Amino acid sequence: MRLPSRIRPPRLTLARSLGFVLLAAVVLALVSEALSSYNDLQLANGAYYFAVLAGLTLLTGLSGQISLGHGALMAVGAYTVALLIGNEHWPVLPALIAAVLTSAVVGVLVGAAATRLRGPYLAGVTLAFAVGLPALAGKYPSTFGGANGLVINPPTSPSWLGQSFPLERWEAWIACAGALVVLFAIYNLVHSAVGRSLQAVRDDEIAASLCGLRVARLQTLAFVVSAACAGLAGGLLTLVLQLAAPGAFTLGLSLALLTGVVLGGLGSILGAIWGAALLVLLPIWSNDIAHAFSFSTNVTNNLPLAIYGLVLILAMLLWPSGLQGALGLLGLRVSTSLKNRASTRYPVGGAGQERAAARRGGASPPQGREEEEVR
Amino acid sequence: MSGKRTVRVVGCVCVATIALIAGGCGSKGNSTGVSSTSVTFGTHQPLTGPAAPGYSEIAPASVAFFEYLNAQGGIYGRKIHLIIKDDVYNPTQTVNVVHGLVLNEKIFGIFEGLGTPTHTKVVSFLNTEKVPDLFVASGCPCWDNGTAQPYTFGWQPNYTIEGKILGQYIKQHFASSKVGVFYQNDDFGKGGLTGIRDELPASQIVSAQPYEPGITNVAPQISSIKASGAKVLVDFTVPIYTALGQLASFTLGYKPQLVSSSVGIDPTTVGGLLKTFSKGKAGTELIEGAITDGYLPSVGEVSNPWIALFKKVHDTYDSSAPFDGNVEYGMAAAYTLAQALQLAGKNLTREGVVKALNEKGAQLTGPGLVPYRYSTSDHGGYAGAQMGQVKGGVITQFGPRLITTPEASSPITTYTTPQAAPPTTGVSVP
Amino acid sequence: MDWHAPTWGSEGVTKFIDLTLNGISTGAVYAAVALALVLIWRATRIVNFAQGAMFMFTTFIASAVIDSGGSYWLGFAVALACGFVLGALVERIVIRRVEGGPPLNAVIVALGLLILLEAIAGMIWGNTPRSFPPAFSIRGYEIGGTRVLFAPNDTFTVLVVIGTALALRALFQRTKLGLQMRAAAFQPEVARMLGVRVGRMLTLGWALAALVGSLAGVLIAPSVFVGPNQFDPLLVFGFTAAIIGGLDRPEGAAVGGVLLGLVLSYVSGYEGASLVTLAALVLLVVVLMIRPGGLFSSTRERQV
Repeated sequence: MRLPSRIRPPRLTLARSLGFVLLAAVVLALVSEALSSYNDLQLANGAYYFAVLAGLTLLTGLSGQISLGHGALMAVGAYTVALLIGNEHWPVLPALIAAVLTSAVVGVLVGAAATRLRGPYLAGVTLAFAVGLPALAGKYPSTFGGANGLVINPPTSPSWLGQSFPLERWEAWIACAGALVVLFAIYNLVHSAVGRSLQAVRDDEIAASLCGLRVARLQTLAFVVSAACAGLAGGLLTLVLQLAAPGAFTLGLSLALLTGVVLGGLGSILGAIWGAALLVLLPIWSNDIAHAFSFSTNVTNNLPLAIYGLVLILAMLLWPSGLQGALGLLGLRVSTSLKNRASTRYPVGGAGQERAAARRGGASPPQGREEEEVR
Repeated sequence: MSGKRTVRVVGCVCVATIALIAGGCGSKGNSTGVSSTSVTFGTHQPLTGPAAPGYSEIAPASVAFFEYLNAQGGIYGRKIHLIIKDDVYNPTQTVNVVHGLVLNEKIFGIFEGLGTPTHTKVVSFLNTEKVPDLFVASGCPCWDNGTAQPYTFGWQPNYTIEGKILGQYIKQHFASSKVGVFYQNDDFGKGGLTGIRDELPASQIVSAQPYEPGITNVAPQISSIKASGAKVLVDFTVPIYTALGQLASFTLGYKPQLVSSSVGIDPTTVGGLLKTFSKGKAGTELIEGAITDGYLPSVGEVSNPWIALFKKVHDTYDSSAPFDGNVEYGMAAAYTLAQALQLAGKNLTREGVVKALNEKGAQLTGPGLVPYRYSTSDHGGYAGAQMGQVKGGVITQFGPRLITTPEASSPITTYTTPQAAPPTTGVSVP
Repeated sequence: MDWHAPTWGSEGVTKFIDLTLNGISTGAVYAAVALALVLIWRATRIVNFAQGAMFMFTTFIASAVIDSGGSYWLGFAVALACGFVLGALVERIVIRRVEGGPPLNAVIVALGLLILLEAIAGMIWGNTPRSFPPAFSIRGYEIGGTRVLFAPNDTFTVLVVIGTALALRALFQRTKLGLQMRAAAFQPEVARMLGVRVGRMLTLGWALAALVGSLAGVLIAPSVFVGPNQFDPLLVFGFTAAIIGGLDRPEGAAVGGVLLGLVLSYVSGYEGASLVTLAALVLLVVVLMIRPGGLFSSTRERQV
């Protein structure tokens, strides 16, 4: 799974990934037909979670910048779509594109500020951003609807799909389409020169800069891309749930996104898929488990949360590389890979290593494998 | 991407799909949540999270009252069940939870959905699916429009109605005093402020300070109100913020006449929060003498037969909770739901319940001190309230019962029909 | 809401004084939380998101002690002791395993701990917040005939926080134990070679930080009530204060806390409560753009 590091030529990744995306679109359409309406809604939820997690894993895993504020970036996209569709009656696609652009602009601002910050300081700014930005809804209630937020009409499915095409399935189609666009974009970005440059900057800023890479620009680019993904995800959320409200974009959402990315497997697109599935399914499972027993009210109310917290702790202790890392370990059979792991256990550049480890939020090179392999 | 990886990814998608399907399986009951022996409702409540204090008691109290009725055989032989789902006051969760209740658990209707920012996001879905959305636990005017939202019914009085009634009392008793308003920065606080402004001249309201739930330092707001010279402080606050406001007032030595909406003045709840600051055990010293309004009999009025009934049900089925305003709310709403089922008749259908409320809802009597506004076009709940005052740690109600509508300048009239006694068993309907 | 321009008549002056005093008293509370975060950062290079939940838990225990008849100071002492023990236990059992690994994993573990502790508190004590007694009177001092927004209890809070900050500074700068703790955090391999019991220092660091956190909890509890989620906003503001001051120095936490308290108080008083969280963001960005390591940061930004 972890190949020895060497420069790999692009090898038609663009065409291949496009083909894969189209295949996945067909598969998802068929799957959505088989699912019940409620499960289609969950599929749609998973799709927009994937959109934001893919961007976040690019930022945190590949570019090594922690962000606790992606919930607020989702809010930017969500409110853009809600205002354009609700007030200005734009059609769906232009509204989503606008959401991507507005959140990209916000991403430029945040990214520019972030280039000077490292580690917990970056975490602190993004945390304050996550808490502060939704407050604008309360400050300008006539535009943003205040605490109640905005409601839009559900998206109507095109007539060629038939009159009885369920709303939830159409929402799932829209959300999955958005997720596949993100998948295509992130995959190809990672496997391009830009992606390799981002990893180089993450691993050793000074060396990368000496090689001619514009460090600040690349870091800002990572922020912009991840913000665009978050904005798209927020716009999809508004379409799926027909709402944009401050109560939906709390600090808890930003933290949940981060846990999704790490639990799924940092720096990996498959990890983002696992993370999205976990974000959708884990609350449902913990609720079901809690209600399977009959405890007192206090216990039953809080048991799902206790289970969720316990799962987070245990998952990090048992599978530090996330679900994708655990699965990769299971599938690991090639002995050369094992030898490669052993040989890179000792740090190569001491000072650079420590600085890189202190700054980034992702896995440090001797231990992690998946941050270079983004599938 | 290599072929092996493609297979792996497709396999992952399949696994995820199976998981999704498995998670969704297990829907039970028949198609519309009603059978000859039972009817099932669902609700979304903040059971955990910052909005849980107090509100998390309401639904379990409703369940307790349903258990009391079920022990007598239910309504027309049907036992009433309530599935409670936690939405943590997060609209995203509300939408998912309500979709699950309707599509998965296949409930007959939604009862007592709590919160304005949460419930507004599911009203359109419920009305499109023609699911009864009964007795929303919020005083927003959002539920009033019976023509646009035929399946949604409010229950508690509109916040603006409360504001008007409190404003009229101030006009009658404190006409020459400056008034300051401390209110929550959402439709609850703003609705109440609108009602106050409707009754009092603008020059009398010298300060109106909103607070944000979550920002617990409200001393700057109270300090502003004190600086404006207000002798009357109107609170449109939830209990935690009523208590925080009182603490700040105490520090500043500011002792205005407190006039509070019914939402935030329950003496048991507020007293519990202020217990360690007062010499008395009840903790209600700081709110002693506060004026408020109420649409249900005061919990402290032990001689009232409704309170006796609710206390009996509480002690039998919900004894772990304190017997306070939240529990009374849950039980009173549950009584109303049972009445609606009784009105709908033996052959229970979703349309039947809605039709019954439209036609006979306004004639319903129960624990409420005032009538409902129910009609085909108006789905607002209680039409008014009675004034009350905190004396000796409990609310004593006084004066006439007042009813009005949320419209500006609509008159406030008196309602004189005496409160009917509770039936010995079941519920009574016209 | 109606915006009133600040006037400089006597009411305006009173309001400004009140807001300043309020800023100092709330700032002292943020500083207390920030001190605990700084302590853990210096000891283990981990940002402890579970801090708020840990001192919520110990404050609940103190509240239970006081409710069952104990005196305030007994509850106070129990809270500190429980904090010390809880911090040590958490480090040994949970954090030890993620200390050497990717920093983000420690963040996730801390988040999991936060959720778990809040849920357990909810299960044991319910979700209804309860009252917590202050150490001293909360009736404001009377100055020139009016009561100001500062009470004996606020004086106690400020003094305790200043004292704690000074004590921590002395610990780290002047004592051998402090030196060992710093060495264990920065260069564990070298420290081990020089005979420092690194594991023990890490546990001690967490235990001390949790003790300081419990102190913060007991000081804060009277004004926010004790409930599973009541301390969450304080964690956010405490973290912001710690970042403003710079995570490297206890005095940074103290100054950062008071600065944040003052700014938020002025904004809340003159602009309204809805701008408070935005004001915190703006202050943080402004400070970090000038000094990317916080106000008291010792390292200078690296120029490439």
